[in-house]
Amino acid sequence: MEAKRKLIDDKGKRLDGRTWDQLRPVKIEVGVLKNADGSAFIEWGKNKIMAAVYGPKEVHPKHEVMPDRAVVRCRYHMAPFSVDERKNPAPSRREIEISKVIREALEPALVVEDYPRTAIEIFVEVLQSDGGSRVAGITAAALALADAGINMRDLVCGVSSGIVDGQVVLDLNDSEDKEGSGDMPVAIMPNLGLVTLLQIDGIYTPDHFKKAFELAIEGGKRIYEMQRQVLLQKYFGSSPAESTAEEQE
Amino acid sequence: MSAVKKNYIVETIRKAQLSELLAKGKRLDGRSLEQYRELKIETQLIEKANASARVTLGNTQVIAGVKIATGTPFPDTPDKGLLIVTAEVLPLSSPYAEAGPPDEDAIELARVVDRGIRESEMVDLTELCIVAGKVVVTIFVDVSILNVDGNLFDATSFAVVSALKTAKMPKYVPDGDKAKATGETIPVPVKRVPVSVTMARIGNVLIVDPSIEEEAVMDARITLTTDDDGNICAGQKGNPSTFTPAQVMAAAELSTRKGKEIRKQIVGAAK
Repeated sequence: MEAKRKLIDDKGKRLDGRTWDQLRPVKIEVGVLKNADGSAFIEWGKNKIMAAVYGPKEVHPKHEVMPDRAVVRCRYHMAPFSVDERKNPAPSRREIEISKVIREALEPALVVEDYPRTAIEIFVEVLQSDGGSRVAGITAAALALADAGINMRDLVCGVSSGIVDGQVVLDLNDSEDKEGSGDMPVAIMPNLGLVTLLQIDGIYTPDHFKKAFELAIEGGKRIYEMQRQVLLQKYFGSSPAESTAEEQE
Repeated sequence: MSAVKKNYIVETIRKAQLSELLAKGKRLDGRSLEQYRELKIETQLIEKANASARVTLGNTQVIAGVKIATGTPFPDTPDKGLLIVTAEVLPLSSPYAEAGPPDEDAIELARVVDRGIRESEMVDLTELCIVAGKVVVTIFVDVSILNVDGNLFDATSFAVVSALKTAKMPKYVPDGDKAKATGETIPVPVKRVPVSVTMARIGNVLIVDPSIEEEAVMDARITLTTDDDGNICAGQKGNPSTFTPAQVMAAAELSTRKGKEIRKQIVGAAK
């Protein structure tokens, strides 16, 4: 096997030129699909992910109905062309597990008690994958839920941290995810200060664990600021940050 | 787990009762918050398997079997053997379990346990290489869930680790591009003993080893796997609820502490 290449150079720059605590470029658009009740498209590094929400709608099959709340369903799926080797379009075990953890990351933010006897369906379609697709998917899906007008306690945003060349870094890209020695996707409700998704891979000393976990939470807050700006742009035409800047001029 | 019947009214009433008890540091079955149920590990039960282990944790019962053969390596890891963990919730394990393809809970169970074993580098996979890119040793650890009574994650993980620790495999040597068994048997190259610790949050209280009643009312679940040096090597939060960052750090500390105790038991049983 070829020797392991260095993922961080002597000056602390990563393969794509970032420092340890920098995010990849993120671009988000909301309300991009006509038929869905809510939708969002996110480009995060080379990730290109479409999220759509249908509901609250009638529950099928009927026996799954819950008398006091909405049923939340989620499907995370990768397009066959989203990765280097063509992916079999049938849902893999990995996709089934990720669908479950994404649902469990978003559901705490939804006021499901407001929609008894209904279903809320969340679809996350990865059109191109570049490491961190589950947290990018969660970030987009939370906006799609907001765009669908579903009552929410908070937005949900996520980012991964991990260990690359023995160093804690934020927002692993594809090569860092595959060749690095640890990956920790974290999703939070930023205003409530609660963790809704946490997965851990790789070997972390207690110090590394604490540092990586705190870094992911801090990075998540930066993602939240982007989500907020996108919603303000979409629904109010401008963001307060911009208007303040204009007033100051 | 899927093998649990949901009964919302009973759960709501029981949750109130349980929360009151937990506030006093007590649990329904008399355990303390950080106490596991009785753990029993038996090994070498299945003669036809390379290794086996049955774990009983309270009334939860699982059995793991190891089968070792040779096969082709994955193209991206040509010099490493294969180690694959699967788990099946058998229809005989609970009145609510059903036969058929694994549902998302069963898939999560197998994948979380597999990750704990894999990420801890328990087995040195490079020692399983016979001819790089051509033929390697393949280890399958299949777990059958026999009785569901909560905390399948830990019971399954303990069974896999105990079985692997006692596993013997044929010694292979290269024969051109193929593998040839020498007739000797050698132990599987086990380097570390990962221990999975599953905790449940009910209200503001964190408990270890949730029973089925506790799982039915828990808010959120977290499974953390630690290795011999106290490093965290795998983790998964579960259930549609949340943890505060402070609760996560408390869980990390608790999993390392409980992991040490349980590691002794696993190592003792696997002698």
